[in-house]
Amino acid sequence: MPVTVKTFTSSHDAAAALSSDRSARYLGGGTLVMRALNEGDISISTIVRASDHAMTRIDATGSRITLGAGVTFARILAERELGFLHAPARSIGGPAVRNMGTVGGNLFAPMPYGDFTVAMLALDAVVSVQGGLGGREIPLDEFLQTRDRQTGALVLAISFARPGSADAFRYRKIARIKPKGGAVITLAAHLPINGSRIVGARVALGSMAPTPIRARAAERALEGRSLDASTINAAAAAAVEGTSPGDNALASAWYRREIVGVHLRRLLSGQE
Amino acid sequence: MAKTALQFQHNGRDVAIFVDGGTNLLVALRELIGDMTPKFGCGQGGCGTCSVLIDGEIHLSCLTLAETVAGRSVETLDGIKDGPNLHPLQRAFADNFAAQCGYCTPGMLMAAKALLDRNPQPSRAEVVEAISGNICRCTGYEPIINAVLAAASGGRARA
Repeated sequence: MPVTVKTFTSSHDAAAALSSDRSARYLGGGTLVMRALNEGDISISTIVRASDHAMTRIDATGSRITLGAGVTFARILAERELGFLHAPARSIGGPAVRNMGTVGGNLFAPMPYGDFTVAMLALDAVVSVQGGLGGREIPLDEFLQTRDRQTGALVLAISFARPGSADAFRYRKIARIKPKGGAVITLAAHLPINGSRIVGARVALGSMAPTPIRARAAERALEGRSLDASTINAAAAAAVEGTSPGDNALASAWYRREIVGVHLRRLLSGQE
Repeated sequence: MAKTALQFQHNGRDVAIFVDGGTNLLVALRELIGDMTPKFGCGQGGCGTCSVLIDGEIHLSCLTLAETVAGRSVETLDGIKDGPNLHPLQRAFADNFAAQCGYCTPGMLMAAKALLDRNPQPSRAEVVEAISGNICRCTGYEPIINAVLAAASGGRARA
């Protein structure tokens, strides 16, 4: 069924068009919205686009990094300053999907997709959204909990603090098909070290709930401790707490619960 | 509903068509331009047989809104041969038995071309990565990887 395509030069105008029409969806790279149209999703009658350059900007020069919502994974891979994000960017799709898929779209990718968002969640990212009435910043954690109600707002950018050291940020995607495949589970951790203690531990999990979630029990097991064997064991044992994985063709909920602690232990102990 | 005028370069030739809102590039190429080389596989971005090059970058035409290629260059498998002569990649695919049913072949060739255009001497791992978005259910991939490496080394097989 034909849809109306509205293209705006300003992201503010695009946001206004999006918020005033319940059946409008924003088109970024196309990997979610065009797929929905190909599958005959009749809930979409308007496609909104923005050619605003601000939405494809990368600001990675300082300690605070901002990625425009329209930045593709291929561009992240081409950016030397963003080396710590190359593993999550490379774990998504094949080269064509990485040339198309965007950071902003990934926030809406349903399980088992959305691997990059798991990395963003571990980095305590903040989402800049533009609604019909104005702009606001929402912590990613909160954004994901209300994701289904966010379709009327336009995501402009996502920002987060650069990890203090290369070792502080870790990422692991478990997939059955390599190099490309949907996730069985995805894990990311940010472990800032102050002295010899972890301060501000973040552990994020993908495919362990309908949206990426934080493993708060595992974070508590890591907080204020040094990253030794007993801390790693305690965090691994707590990994499954608060999760609600589902069954799909890649793995059962039972299997996901069984392996999440095993892979968190490997991630924390630096095993391949 | 009103159609939208769309102009772009198709295999080096200027084309102008009218598209319905929401038409994807694959439908525009096959049904409006008559280029049947990109195939419809899954419509979800999972199989890669609709792959085309947009301004030299590999994209999935089934997930590309046709209007977004306005003024840009789109290259399909139909454009890579030189008159009656096969492209070296096509020759290598034939010589290395890299096609069986052939349905994935257009996407495989475009993914391979995207790789060789920027990296004329890829390693085996780089070839595997380059075709990782393309699914083949016949060959087991080995003949395809060998064909890309053979084309890269001018017909000589590489380890």
